[in-house]
Amino acid sequence: MALPGPGGRQLPCGRKPFLMLSRLFSFQGGIHPDSHKQESRDAPIRQAPLPERLTIPLAQSAGKTARPVVAVGDKVLKGERIGAADDWISASVHASTSGRVLDIAPCPMPHPSGLAALSVVIEPDGEERWIEREPVAYEKLSPEEVFRCLQEFGIVGLGGAVFPSHVKLKAALRATEDLILNGAECEPFITCDDRLMQERAGEIVSGIGILADLLQPRRVLIAIEENKPEAIRAMRDAVQAADKGFRVAVIPTIYPTGSLKQLIRVLTGREIPARQLPTDLGVQCFNIATAFSIWRALHHGEPLIRRVVTLTGNVARPGNWETAIGTPIGELLALAEPRDDTDGIIMGGPMMGTPLPEQKAPIIKASNCLIARSPALFPPRPEMPCIRCGSCARACPQELQPYELYWWSRARQFERLADYHLQDCIECGCCAYVCPANIPLVQYFRFAKGEIRVRAREEKNAEQARERFEFRQFREAREKAEKAEKLAKAAAAQAAKLAEAREKAEKTAPDAAPASATTTTAASPEEAGKAAVAAAVARAHAEPVAQETSPAAPTQETEARVSGPEKAAPAS
Amino acid sequence: MTGFLAAILVMSVGALLLGAALGYAAIRFKVEGDPLSEQINAFLPQTQCGQCGYPGCKPYAEAIARGEAAINLCPPGGDDGVRKIADFLGREFVPIQGGGEGGGPKPKVVALIREDRCIGCTLCIQACPVDAIVGAARQMHTVMTSLCTGCELCVKPCPVDCIDLNSVPETLTDWKWPCPVLADGNCPAGGNPF
Repeated sequence: MALPGPGGRQLPCGRKPFLMLSRLFSFQGGIHPDSHKQESRDAPIRQAPLPERLTIPLAQSAGKTARPVVAVGDKVLKGERIGAADDWISASVHASTSGRVLDIAPCPMPHPSGLAALSVVIEPDGEERWIEREPVAYEKLSPEEVFRCLQEFGIVGLGGAVFPSHVKLKAALRATEDLILNGAECEPFITCDDRLMQERAGEIVSGIGILADLLQPRRVLIAIEENKPEAIRAMRDAVQAADKGFRVAVIPTIYPTGSLKQLIRVLTGREIPARQLPTDLGVQCFNIATAFSIWRALHHGEPLIRRVVTLTGNVARPGNWETAIGTPIGELLALAEPRDDTDGIIMGGPMMGTPLPEQKAPIIKASNCLIARSPALFPPRPEMPCIRCGSCARACPQELQPYELYWWSRARQFERLADYHLQDCIECGCCAYVCPANIPLVQYFRFAKGEIRVRAREEKNAEQARERFEFRQFREAREKAEKAEKLAKAAAAQAAKLAEAREKAEKTAPDAAPASATTTTAASPEEAGKAAVAAAVARAHAEPVAQETSPAAPTQETEARVSGPEKAAPAS
Repeated sequence: MTGFLAAILVMSVGALLLGAALGYAAIRFKVEGDPLSEQINAFLPQTQCGQCGYPGCKPYAEAIARGEAAINLCPPGGDDGVRKIADFLGREFVPIQGGGEGGGPKPKVVALIREDRCIGCTLCIQACPVDAIVGAARQMHTVMTSLCTGCELCVKPCPVDCIDLNSVPETLTDWKWPCPVLADGNCPAGGNPF
């Protein structure tokens, strides 16, 4: 059943919080699911072995797909750029190891659809030869130049949305009051950020230092859920050692505090209005793993080619593996020895993750966790009718009414869903978790969101088609009118000419005979030509089927038809 | 007696004034065109395919507005389209005539010219209602895929039969989550969920 959120609201939203973080705030709803973190929390990060083939998708960031800059057969070095950012909202993609490019083709993606997207397939040579790695003297560069560097290094948000970090940084460049580092990791099972903070706190804090130098915020808050005491200790020690004024904020363990809006709410007491971004409120948020990769990029010259992935669920040896981007998920999960009754793989956490139908799909920058699914771990929950208990509304951290959204989604009355703010749903799954009738609410919402998106696009296309159709009709009418006018003029001119000629002929009948003859000879071939064209047009209209029999005929006839009206009309 | 006459007089003068005002307003604020057909036209998919028997979406909308045409003649719009028009006009929903299997909307198709066979006759260009085909006489023609509505009107005029209608393959950007499946193996069909 619904678990009420801790306490009420302590501060009306929108009010300025205190400069120092003396208290935390809470959000409505949320749940306390079984954390399942103990399985993999104590397993140190290990290096995953290289697979036989790396499949590196070129679409690894929000925004535009990277443009391939290598060819099949090319030798590439570890960290060499294979896909160039194609737009401002786009990030480069790099080879995760040295080897040879086998193919550049659509390959299955780690996506619930299993659809393919353009990828570079690399056969590792096992030598792991790096490109020339040079630290970037970012202190001497302008912020714009640093952003370009980050884009070149392929740095994207590693919390799951893979939004290019340079875009977020540029948007936050002026007027950032609070820089928040998200180490909450609130979803069950996932421990990759926890381990990263425990083992590499120093480098994370150095990365945060770069972010703080760029944005010059008033406060830097590192948010960690209280169920990660080792990570909290490690980060506090690292902050102290670096002698920076960052604060490690220990936040209550309640799902989904790690979600952007909820985290900002907990730390600052401020609520991000619908259709606004945190930057509008002077807040910017990065994942701690992103800070780590920014440090590796700028200080070591290493592009983003690996990430820590938690392997857990129905496996014999759960753990955290530092994995090369492009490793097939099936091969990676085999390292954790999945048990025999495993019936699927989930990428991400159990609440917001997606089932993967394709085991060959690769690990991408967004993959933080693979969960082996089993009927025992995730028992089937047959859907029952809604009993209107309202548990979902009490659990919703976005303060929506999931039961209303469910009714209208199910009834396919999508236009009503805007009234209930479907677009504000973050698909966290709290409503479905507490639902006593086991209704897969989030699935309904995802379905409705997709339908609404498709309909909006169709409407736009229909509008475009209507405009083009109407313009075509307008153009045809105009051409017709112009032609009629031209013909009327020509006819009038000819009539005048004929009348003149006749007059002349009548006046000087015997003398002007040759002249009259020349006019007739001049006119008659023209008229004969017109008659022939008219006949061709008639044929073309009458026998469209017969044209197919002789391939040479249509060209002439249709030509006659195309250029027909101008020539043919005077004859008719 | 005078009170009675005064009442009649006041009412008549009032009626005359209001009538004059209404009459003036009817001329002064006359609505150009047919707003009903415009609104119906907005529900139609604008493929301009003529499958309804009218030469385009607008003529069909006008025919519906005049009450001459049934509301279920548009296969590209599908049952959803019929439902929208039925809701708007306050009429009963009628399943679509023709169209794809199960009354659903036809799957979206896009015309493609096999360019090695195209003889450059321009007949398809003239047939396209949305000017989505480019080319010139004796030059190869090509379809601008993003503008093609899949109306099929270009297929028949082609003398060498070189236009194919291809279904649009699903990509990651237009993929959408399917409807949740109920215990009986079907998706909720819509309508009243209670």
